[in-house]
Amino acid sequence: MKSFRFKQHSVLPGFGLALGFTVFYLSLIVLIPLSATILKTTALTWTSFWHTVTSPRAMASYRLSFGASAIGAAINAVFGLVVAWVLVRYRFPGRRIVDALVDLPFALPTAVAGIALTAIFAGNGWIGQWLEPLGIKIAFTRLGVVVALTFIGLPFVVRTVQPVLQDVSAELEEAAASLGASRWQTFTKVILPSVGPALLTGFAMAFARAIGEYGSVVFISGNMPLKTEITPLLIITKLEQYDYAGATAIAVALLAVSFSLLLVINLLQWWSHQRNGGV
Amino acid sequence: MTHPAPRSTVTDPPWVRRLLISIALVFLGLFLVVPLATVFVEALRKGVSAYGAAIREPVALAAIRLTVIASFSALALNVIFGIAAAWAIAKFEFVGKQLLITLIDLPFSVSPVVSGLIYVLLFGLQGWCGPWLFAHNIKIIFAVPGIILATTFVTFPFVARELIPLMHSQGTEEEQAAVSLGANGWQTFWRVTLPNIKWGLLYGIILCNARAMGEFGAVSVVSGHVRGRTNTIPLHVEILYNEYNFVAAFAVASLLALLTLVTLVAKAIVEWKVRQESQSHEN
Repeated sequence: MKSFRFKQHSVLPGFGLALGFTVFYLSLIVLIPLSATILKTTALTWTSFWHTVTSPRAMASYRLSFGASAIGAAINAVFGLVVAWVLVRYRFPGRRIVDALVDLPFALPTAVAGIALTAIFAGNGWIGQWLEPLGIKIAFTRLGVVVALTFIGLPFVVRTVQPVLQDVSAELEEAAASLGASRWQTFTKVILPSVGPALLTGFAMAFARAIGEYGSVVFISGNMPLKTEITPLLIITKLEQYDYAGATAIAVALLAVSFSLLLVINLLQWWSHQRNGGV
Repeated sequence: MTHPAPRSTVTDPPWVRRLLISIALVFLGLFLVVPLATVFVEALRKGVSAYGAAIREPVALAAIRLTVIASFSALALNVIFGIAAAWAIAKFEFVGKQLLITLIDLPFSVSPVVSGLIYVLLFGLQGWCGPWLFAHNIKIIFAVPGIILATTFVTFPFVARELIPLMHSQGTEEEQAAVSLGANGWQTFWRVTLPNIKWGLLYGIILCNARAMGEFGAVSVVSGHVRGRTNTIPLHVEILYNEYNFVAAFAVASLLALLTLVTLVAKAIVEWKVRQESQSHEN
């Protein structure tokens, strides 16, 4: 019988030190603070926890946060696929610059994005001044939240779809074409199914990122309770009113959603790898 | 990434190409270029002297100093952690590896606001350690240590995440050769591993630094917003903006936008270097 071994033998040194430090630092910075937060909710009774997380103001904030995040992620799924397709398949001047620019929302601080988007979409802004006469208000409305969440989720779909699109084998497309499929049929029957899992992964990542987003939204949304108040802002509001129990309860609800999404994303990635023969 | 030349049998008609390229460029122009340009246009709206004055203001300089201190501290901590974690995970086989990788990625899926809140609940006056810290006159929340902690949390996975796949793909043969020739652990690391991972490490540092300097939500929760003392650049931008001092807000924000541009350029250069290196490895 083979005895259980925690680690396979290796001649390289430093395993104990490296793993020990990793686990120590991970516990100190991440695991203990997160667990303490979840433990803190046990100070609340179940009914008061439930009462806080399902209060009308909290429910309104979930509706806005989830709804706007889903719309933003859907916009990114459509346009992100187009951007990825154009970057992988076509050659045009400035392609490399455009490719590098896609990462801008990852690198631009959220507060800077927030004030810039507000300036653009306010009634007197570059774009807002053309929309206002048409009766479309973006800044300080729910539409503004959608705009900000679309901005911060933009790179996810492009960056997950791009490598898969590159790997779609030319033979498959050529086979479809030689069997008489039109370009559109090849796209819907051959290309789309192979990028499908990556597209869904990108959508889920953009959605998950948008749910927790704060910096870019607070400036452009009006921050009105029940109307334009996102869930992370509600947590901050409760903290500022010294309602630590309430803030913690909603934070734990948000954490539960984030961790479930993380699980979904991992499953999607696994599926995507299976689909493409695994790398 | 080398792109294969477009294939004639499976290319799209010219009008489709033009249409799709236009859609992509308009979308990216609207959502990326216009916001970036706006920052600089608004910052310079009242001329270069107003711009310079906003940046040279003592509270702005204090915010810049604090941002540099906080992000460099977070960077140093996360680089040491990232190297240790990548060494353990990429060079050895052990039980629970996948779980460890998942846990390292955890901070990316936590809302920035919650990332700040967890430290308030731990070290704030109402928190678990709050009374003890108060009795010993140690301030973490609404002070610099809290800002460093929150910044460290939100940038936690960056370096480890870059290094783990890179070190894994390089295998352990070179290190094993070094050890069998009599090198000790540190010599092996400094002379064999580090030269192999230097570009990947730099890449992780660039991303980590950009996020650390720009972090807003998490830092906002733990900072207390004391002007000149616990205000980072993004928090200073918020205060100026909320005071309707738009030119100054955009002037200070333009510093972060410049950092973003430098980050994107550095990122492109490092990606190119990594590609070159991996190609020369294969040949």
